[in-house]
Amino acid sequence: MTTSKKPYADIPGTYVFDGEHHRKGYALNMMCMSLNDPANREKFREDEEAYLDRWDLTAEQRKAVLDRDWLGMLRLGGNIYYTFKIAIFDGLSMQAVGGMMSGVTEEEFRQMMIDGGRNTI
Amino acid sequence: MAEIRFGVATSHVPAIGAAIDRGKEEEPYWAPLFQGYEGARKWMADANPDVIILAYNDHASAFDLDLIPTYAIGVASEFPIADEGYGPRDVPIVEGYPELAWHLAESLILDEFDMTICNYMPVDHGLTVPLSIMYDKPEKWPARVIPLAVNVIQYPPPTPRRCFNLGKAIRRALKNWDEDITVAVFGTGGMSHQLQGERAGWVNTPFDTDYLNRLGEDPESLLEISHIDLLRDAGSEGIELVMWLIMRGALGGSVREVHRHYHVPASNTAAGLIIFEDTTADVLL
Repeated sequence: MTTSKKPYADIPGTYVFDGEHHRKGYALNMMCMSLNDPANREKFREDEEAYLDRWDLTAEQRKAVLDRDWLGMLRLGGNIYYTFKIAIFDGLSMQAVGGMMSGVTEEEFRQMMIDGGRNTI
Repeated sequence: MAEIRFGVATSHVPAIGAAIDRGKEEEPYWAPLFQGYEGARKWMADANPDVIILAYNDHASAFDLDLIPTYAIGVASEFPIADEGYGPRDVPIVEGYPELAWHLAESLILDEFDMTICNYMPVDHGLTVPLSIMYDKPEKWPARVIPLAVNVIQYPPPTPRRCFNLGKAIRRALKNWDEDITVAVFGTGGMSHQLQGERAGWVNTPFDTDYLNRLGEDPESLLEISHIDLLRDAGSEGIELVMWLIMRGALGGSVREVHRHYHVPASNTAAGLIIFEDTTADVLL
């Protein structure tokens, strides 16, 4: 099997949701998507472990969800629009999750944005 | 003949919608953003288009990973507001225009743009936030809306040139619609932002300023920016800016910029808004 060199591979701190990423994260993202349904949110609230049993997640993906390891979920094929459904469920803002992914507090992240956003990494 | 007279490009950040829904416009964090919308809303009340063709992207609401249309057009008479995990936004249902939407779908496909045709398509913040930005909180949206959903989540999205050419094809299709109506085309999303990864919070104001400067007078030059460069310069979610080119392609060669606003931040995003009136001769005739 050959793979072509990805022209975006050098962009730091960025997980491009291409076909390879999609295949890895299909079940994880579809599980996240299911939380659009209020009945599913209720089931997830009652018993996260049992809810995750319904999905064909890898052990690593399952742990990343339970640990709310936002970067881990991305590395394991998650897409931010899908994994953010879990953050919505938790009542977290995009800035809180942005902070957790980049190693700062929500307040520090918020201040960075007010100061004009991230210009370097 | 239906005339495309107006083009609007705007960010569609969900937090902007939430700020409107919760009446936070005058809070210090939000006030500078919303002050820049005042002129746009006044202009919108005067312009009062009958129909909006609104290019946006769905964010895991109507479409999931089982079905990823590059371009999808909504042909229903109405579009419900999606539950994105918070419960649906409390905004009016979006009224469509099935007759014109079908005309567009048929014309575009015969013009070699292979549209996906959707009857049931709940619409999320990508579509409703631009309406809230331009109309605030009406009891009913003043215009009928034809949703045009563009995939920008699954890599690769359509190229900038393809989006611009789709806009041109929309313009051709409208010329063959024999009804005296005024049409606005919206391109939404952007500007520079990145929601994901260690690079979350990425903003590139020089890039955005240049994009705004070139969109009106020299849009062809923006077609040379590859989406790899957009990923790099505008951020992984800033790639949404390709949708602005659908709007610009739908306008003629000559436009007048009537309003511009740019503010950092709206949540994790550089928020931009720009409005054009079409001054191309064939419209004025």
